[in-house]
Amino acid sequence: MKNKTLIERVFLAFTALCMALPALASYDVNIPPPATPISAQIYGLHMYILWICVVIFVIVFGAMFYSIFKFRKSQGAKADVNFHESTLIEIIWTVIPFIILIAIAIPAARTVLDMKDASHPDVTIKVTAFQWGWRYDYSADDVGFYSYMKTPWSQIGQPGIEATEKKNPDYLLEVDNEMVVPVNKRVRLLVTSVDVIHGWYVPQLGINQYGIPGFIKDAWFKADKTGVFKGQCSQICGKLHGYMPITVRVVSEADYAKWLADAKTKWSTKAAPAAAAVPAEDASKQYSLDELKAMGEKVYAANCAACHQPNGKGTPPAFPPLAGSKIVTGEAAKQIDIVLNGKAGTAMQPFARLSNTDLAAVITYTKNAFGNATGKAVQPADIKAARR
Amino acid sequence: MSTAPGGYYFAPPSKWPVVGSTALFFFASGMVMWMNDIQPVGFLSLALGFAILIYMLFGWFGVVIHESESGLYNKQLDVSYRWSMSWFIFSEVMFFAAFFGALFYARVFSVPWLGDFDNALIWQGYGAKWPTAGPYLDANADYAFKTMGAWGIPAINTLLLLASGVTVTIAHHALIANNRSRLILFLFLTVVLGAVFLALQVYEYAHAYSDLNLKLTSGVFGSTFFMLTGFHGFHVTLGAIMLTVILFRCIKGHFKPDHHFGFEAVAWYWHFVDVVWLGLFIFVYVLV
Amino acid sequence: MAHDAAHDHGHDHHDHGPGPWTRIFTTTNHKDIGSMYLWFAFFMFFVGGAMALVLRAELFVPGLQVVQPEIFNSLTTVHALVMIFGAVMPAFVGFANWLIPMQIGAADMAFPRMNNWSFWIMIPAALLLFGSFLVPGGAAASGWTLYPPLVTQGGIGTDMTIFAIHLLGASSIMGSINIITTILNLRAPGMTLMRMPLFCWTWLITAYLLIATMPVLAGAVTMLLTDRHFGTSFFNAAGGGDPTMFMHIFWFFGHPEVYILILPAFGIVSQIIPAFARKPLFGYASMVYATASIAILSFIVWGHHMFTVGMPAAGNLFFMFATMLIAVPTGVKIFNWIATMWRGSLTFETPMLFCIGFLCMFTLGGFSGLVLSIAAVDITLHNTYYVVAHFHYVLFPGAIWGLTAAVYFWLPKFTGKMYDETLGKWHFWISAIAFNITFFPQHFLGLAGMPRRIPDYALQFTEWNTISTVGAFLLGFSQLIFLWNVVKTIRSGEKAKDKQWEGADSVEWTHLPSPVPYHTFETVPNLKLAAPAH
Ligand code: HEA
Ligand code: HEA
Ligand code: HEC
Ligand code: CUA
Ligand SMILES: [Cu+2]
Repeated sequence: MKNKTLIERVFLAFTALCMALPALASYDVNIPPPATPISAQIYGLHMYILWICVVIFVIVFGAMFYSIFKFRKSQGAKADVNFHESTLIEIIWTVIPFIILIAIAIPAARTVLDMKDASHPDVTIKVTAFQWGWRYDYSADDVGFYSYMKTPWSQIGQPGIEATEKKNPDYLLEVDNEMVVPVNKRVRLLVTSVDVIHGWYVPQLGINQYGIPGFIKDAWFKADKTGVFKGQCSQICGKLHGYMPITVRVVSEADYAKWLADAKTKWSTKAAPAAAAVPAEDASKQYSLDELKAMGEKVYAANCAACHQPNGKGTPPAFPPLAGSKIVTGEAAKQIDIVLNGKAGTAMQPFARLSNTDLAAVITYTKNAFGNATGKAVQPADIKAARR
Repeated sequence: MSTAPGGYYFAPPSKWPVVGSTALFFFASGMVMWMNDIQPVGFLSLALGFAILIYMLFGWFGVVIHESESGLYNKQLDVSYRWSMSWFIFSEVMFFAAFFGALFYARVFSVPWLGDFDNALIWQGYGAKWPTAGPYLDANADYAFKTMGAWGIPAINTLLLLASGVTVTIAHHALIANNRSRLILFLFLTVVLGAVFLALQVYEYAHAYSDLNLKLTSGVFGSTFFMLTGFHGFHVTLGAIMLTVILFRCIKGHFKPDHHFGFEAVAWYWHFVDVVWLGLFIFVYVLV
Repeated sequence: MAHDAAHDHGHDHHDHGPGPWTRIFTTTNHKDIGSMYLWFAFFMFFVGGAMALVLRAELFVPGLQVVQPEIFNSLTTVHALVMIFGAVMPAFVGFANWLIPMQIGAADMAFPRMNNWSFWIMIPAALLLFGSFLVPGGAAASGWTLYPPLVTQGGIGTDMTIFAIHLLGASSIMGSINIITTILNLRAPGMTLMRMPLFCWTWLITAYLLIATMPVLAGAVTMLLTDRHFGTSFFNAAGGGDPTMFMHIFWFFGHPEVYILILPAFGIVSQIIPAFARKPLFGYASMVYATASIAILSFIVWGHHMFTVGMPAAGNLFFMFATMLIAVPTGVKIFNWIATMWRGSLTFETPMLFCIGFLCMFTLGGFSGLVLSIAAVDITLHNTYYVVAHFHYVLFPGAIWGLTAAVYFWLPKFTGKMYDETLGKWHFWISAIAFNITFFPQHFLGLAGMPRRIPDYALQFTEWNTISTVGAFLLGFSQLIFLWNVVKTIRSGEKAKDKQWEGADSVEWTHLPSPVPYHTFETVPNLKLAAPAH
């Protein structure tokens, strides 16, 4: 280890002391128990600063309450009107806080540098946020899957409608597919988003990283114990921001290998369609209904199923069903408009970034799937014409 | 209306503030409706707001000019006007700072980041070279654009604005020397230079749209280019209108060699617009 | 309603002709305009508070009971905008209007007509802001920080909010120009800058902050508008822009803004504490320098709102160090106030109680700010209820109690009538207790990891949320006592003395009767001898 300054030594000793406290304290009033070296540092820093603040508070307000009791007019106190300036005192109480701040800044800076150093990862996972769920891509292993909240609306209820089911202990914090990582390995996260800003936030792992659409930002952790760690989306991202939980399961290396093998059979990305749309295309090309449906199914799976569900039934009231929807079964122009331009104020975002062919395909698909038997096709040229 | 013995001028009650607020209400609502295609109400509201605003400006400035010309304003008020105009120009500087900030941020941070190693996961093969319409639009031939080039119209425009700064100063000295005809001549020249600048700017925009395929929608380059030059052009327009008003006041014989803050305020504003242009010329045109 | 209220506030003006309505619309008198500002702010405070109560009601227990999630988001957004731009800022401007001319010996503000305009511009802004709840898509629901691209998904209500912000910004800039000019140019002979009461000083610096930052906010929301409607790509990565860029521009405004919300309160406290300690403010000059340092530092710390966006380490470190530094000048202020009380002759009337409450609670809020400023710790606390607790500690006991103290302190001067001391004490004690019940538990919630801006939460957060909600309703109740006390004072308060407070030494107490005549000074007063000695 590098040489330590005196301040750092004091700080470390103090941290060690405080780390003993979690064993006693109830976590409801403090940061949950750390599971990585970084989050342990954070925990220690917080306790350190907290105690400094408590001491300052006691001294400063001790002085104030002393004067409140001592210098009351009702006690016959006479004002000493000449006591209104003292350069010496003023210098002292400028310098002392400054020194205290330096004593805080040094360990704090170390931690910041540590947490920003994401080099040499053992596992790299791409985390893609969207309204409202997460996708985890273990790119090196060709595994990728979605992770949604599992709590049903029947437990949440609606204004005016009582919840019909009792809330689970894990209410709002349960997901269908957990992120799984091996213990004692450096895991690097490449966090991004496809629509708005979200925040991948798991306090016990010491990570809170915005996913910013169009950018990749990285963060890392090395869990030093196995277990299940929970978090939530930390940045407001629309209607269901409160319903975007995260679960990370840290397992032994052997269990991780087992999980990975299983995941490869379930969620291999090799078999899946190339999701990214290529803007270069021939928009004048005419396709047959079946060609469009076949292409559209893939586009649907990659872009729409997250919300409207693979079966087109959606999850009302948050996401309307496309099965039997008036817009889908009605005239094409309306649907092109809503898919191309989105619907303001809702999660239905503009999909103008998809190519004309993909859009034509997916719209044709929805018009002819989930029991919507319109038999109508939409051609790329229609989309091109509708673009603003 | 009274001037207190100690030198205070109490402004009498005035209806113009409320008229102005009414105008802004219709104006803002009209903008909102216009942007959301709520027509024709949006357009009507916008027009109404604009009309009331013009009415208010004429009325309000009419009162102020009248008071000033009747000699109600003393030295202290003159200083107040100077302070207020300086702070107002400072606020305008900060408004432009936001857009210049956006330009620098895009050039120095966001565009290089978009082209870096990690972001290749999303934007494969993006060169991240300024000028750019961004990683997605650059990949689409429909969005390919050319930049304006600094040494054609923009350079001429720079000379025009610099010259107008000189002419307005000459006019100012003429005013101090009480040389009315020289004052009017050079003020007139300043307005003409401003108008020619604007005409060239309009021509340049047309050229950008039709020949260079450079549009407001051309990614971050187009956005910063048109918003910066556009807001500048808007300020030149305002400045030119104010100069014209001052010109007419000069023709009517307003202002005295030692009492002409209305003139100076507009001159200050004009210099400010000038300086902003220099910034634009360097950062938007020369250093592409 | 705001007009009605302003109308109610009639302190009888024998000498002026026009009917009450004409007067409200056309007045150029700094006291009339100040009163209109204050009533407007009071009204907005109640509306914003009512919105907060709806939020708290929804958070009483887990599950959705009261409002839909999107309405919850809208209420959060508008609650913040109303409180900040509608309540606290106008209230400060209201006091500036009333007090600055009196304290520096001027007849009125420098630009009386523009003064009236600054007030009246806020009315269309308020109409747009509240109207946005009625349009399809509802009010802006992106949080008051309006981050894109979420804000791009918003409907027409978002545009209305943007224009409301434009108007409020214009109003603030005009108000600030007026205040700066008044202070710099209309001081009576003898009132040198370094003899000015601190309220004038803090406002001078605040006005500077406003003029420097409001235009930047205007620029930022203009870019949002063009991104939304005209196809620009400022905040869109596909076009080479960056959503993070908005955050930088917004917080370049946003952080100075939070000091805009506190500095005038510092000024108020700096005048009230000496009055009740019956001795001059300790360290007058260092108070001025500390205020200026806070203002200067406030321009280089904005990144502490962005520790989690993925700035390079150097960025996080710079913003962390710069932010920590602000504790030094702020500490100087706290120490000076306490030293003012030291060896004084203290009494504890309502304004003093609120100032002492201010000292304790604001310092707590400052400490939680310091914890947040540690970039590493902020990682676990960012966008949790810890942040909500932090800023309510600095905003409610800071800004709102500062204002409350000012109302009790100067009401006798403004109206010539004395408020009810017993009611005032009730108001203080109930709100002090209720405030802490409401917001102290939110620290625990945040530490335990409860995100902000959510309508529903996991079960382990239930107890503290329930307690917080109960506290919020009690806090709302205590504000009704406040309202009642103010109304009661105006209608039937006992006559106040010209120098109601023994220790008050600024010009409005020493040179002017209570209530102050319609035109404060008909002639320029000579303050060479009389100005308070610092
Ligand atoms: C009146 C408003 C106000 C004031 C005065 C402050 C004051 C401070 N604030 Fe606060 N802040 C807000 C309003 C305010 N803040 C708001 C509204 C937000 C949230 C915005 C949003 O996201 O919606 C916010 C958010 C916020 C964050 C971002 C949190 C996050 O989103 O993750 C941070 C982080 O650094 C921070 C820090 C500070 C600091 C260091 C101070 C300092 O100025 C405090 C200094 C004071 C003291 C420290 C106490 C007194 C000093 C002493 C007694 C001396 C001795 C002390 C020591 C040596 C420690 N604030
Ligand atoms: C000066 C600023 C200010 C003030 C005074 C307050 C005051 C209050 N705030 Fe405020 N608040 C903010 C600024 C402020 N807030 C900001 C900036 C945010 C962040 C928003 C964002 O995330 O974007 C926020 C967010 C915020 C949240 C988090 C919401 C979320 O994350 O989803 C909560 C939740 O508890 C809350 C609660 C309260 C409460 C209970 C009060 C109480 O103190 C209010 C007490 C007053 C009253 C209750 C008034 C009395 C009214 C009545 C008695 C009812 C009668 C009514 C009528 C007659 C009309 N606020
Ligand atoms: C992030 C979530 C999300 C995604 C992804 C999404 N939608 Fe939607 N969609 C919505 C929501 C929410 C609505 C409801 C809008 C409203 O309130 O009217 C909606 C509405 C619709 C409607 C109108 C349905 C009706 O009856 O009102 C159509 C059609 C539609 N979406 C098609 C699509 C297609 C095609 C895709 C993929 C290319 C897609 N959506 C992807 C969330 C989503
Ligand atoms: Cu996703 Cu909040
Ligand atoms: Cu801040």
